[in-house]
Amino acid sequence: MSRVPLPYNPKVLDLFRNPKNLGKMEDATVEAVAGNPACGDMITFYLKINEQEIIEKASFESYGCAANIATSSIVTEMIKGLSLKSAWEDITWKKVTEEVGGLPSIKFHCGVLAVGALKRAIRKYYSDRNLEPSWLPKELTFEEKQAVEEEELAKMLAKRLKVEGDK
Amino acid sequence: MVENVKELLKAHEGITHEVYLDNENSSMVPQEVLDAMTPYYNQRAYGNPTLTHKPGWEAFETIMESAQKISRFMGAKILEEITFTPGETEANNLALMGAAFAMKSKGKKIVISEIEPINVLHVVELLQKFGFATTKIPVDTQGFIDLAKLEEAIDKETILVSVSAANNEIGTVQPVKEVVDIVKAKNSSTLFHTDASDAYGRMPLNVQDLKVDMATVSSYKILGPRGIGALYVREGISLDRILEGQIGTQKLWPGIENTPLIVGFTKASELAFQNFEANVNRMRTLRDKLVDGIFNELSDVKLNGPKGDKRVPDNANISFLRCEGEALTIELSLKGIYVSSGSACSRRLLQPSHVLVAIGRRFSEAHGSILMKTTRYHTEEDITYVLEVLPNAVKRIRGIVGSTGVD
Repeated sequence: MSRVPLPYNPKVLDLFRNPKNLGKMEDATVEAVAGNPACGDMITFYLKINEQEIIEKASFESYGCAANIATSSIVTEMIKGLSLKSAWEDITWKKVTEEVGGLPSIKFHCGVLAVGALKRAIRKYYSDRNLEPSWLPKELTFEEKQAVEEEELAKMLAKRLKVEGDK
Repeated sequence: MVENVKELLKAHEGITHEVYLDNENSSMVPQEVLDAMTPYYNQRAYGNPTLTHKPGWEAFETIMESAQKISRFMGAKILEEITFTPGETEANNLALMGAAFAMKSKGKKIVISEIEPINVLHVVELLQKFGFATTKIPVDTQGFIDLAKLEEAIDKETILVSVSAANNEIGTVQPVKEVVDIVKAKNSSTLFHTDASDAYGRMPLNVQDLKVDMATVSSYKILGPRGIGALYVREGISLDRILEGQIGTQKLWPGIENTPLIVGFTKASELAFQNFEANVNRMRTLRDKLVDGIFNELSDVKLNGPKGDKRVPDNANISFLRCEGEALTIELSLKGIYVSSGSACSRRLLQPSHVLVAIGRRFSEAHGSILMKTTRYHTEEDITYVLEVLPNAVKRIRGIVGSTGVD
């Protein structure tokens, strides 16, 4: 276990103390998860999407550090009122990181994971409906690949250490 | 980035009660210790102990008397068996590297437990580059070393074994005497080192009774100043130096001795060993109140490490399920309670505390772990305050986690 200084900025601290749009959404149109408790880093997004494919509301749950909570919270605010297409195209991990006022570099992956979870949710919305919009790439985006990689790493590590890995 | 920290500190304004429990990672230094040290910066013994003038001779006298006291507290035979180093890390580096290089003609095998401190793990990793091979002996679910596997691992080529007397994270007290007997019965020339930093001042410790060849102790772990520790090396054992420079009063560690820190370390030791029983009982009573209180208030919590007299009296290490540790440390800090976590929420460093993994904790349990250590300076009120705040802090973080952390 290595340690690095983590001088979180005031915005991250504020979102950690007062997260917006927190909690499970009972009437969510779609939900998606990225990460794994074994990584110490896991996010669930709940999206309520209307017939015009606009995100009416979004909420989250986060098993993770202050940066994980802050980036998840900010994503739910950034995507509210956006079409799924705009959310897909405009929300990148870099923008999320900027929006929380920057993160220590070792915590960049938290923003990446948050966007990975968002993209999974959007993909799931369409795959649930057997739709393939032309703007939605078949190939996984950077953030989705990173989420997969983080999940795989945790599994591999658990296997290598011969401990009972988490599901 | 320092601007951010100023803001973080501002967020702590208005805290009315502070309880520092992160004594694993650093500690406050009592005023009595500071008062003992101060004169040695500018009033006496500020000279170099190898030089022929009064401040030098004063320093020599002070260092020798300090070494004498530390040697008595550790149960060593003579003061020359004590080498002051800048801390536990350096003492462990000296013990392991110094012994490995001195013994390299006899073999290249080193044996440690899986739950040795990070510095020991890193030193043996470094030694691999010089052709030394390390076997790590597993521990059980409470952190006790597997004695059968240990015995199996020792052979003619084994030059060095290092097993901590008490684990720094989960407080497990190892049966050091038994471990030494097993090692020496298989190979009488194998050197045995123990990092006793977490045992010193907390439980009876006598290097001669334990028959260890080397033992590390650390000042800050007994509320002395940081930057000083000591390595006991039994008379007759010769280690290689691992640093070169001007040799002063200590042949194993070059550079000018830091007299004020040595005085502070010695004073902290005296305070720990004066009223030893009472000090230990106080740490234990407060620790037990803390742990029992947490278990009464919260469900889904697990104690990491053993219960009872096989656990050092100050250590409380608890996993809060469905709760991420780093988030909890920040939440508690904002309420004036300072603790550390075995979590590791950082890219590519997914592995949480190796100690918790070694005792079979799931990763998610390790990520939700909090380490706290009580001292004789804590009060009943401190623990009562922690028990008022901590359950609510855990509940708030669990509220953010929701169903996401359920596995």
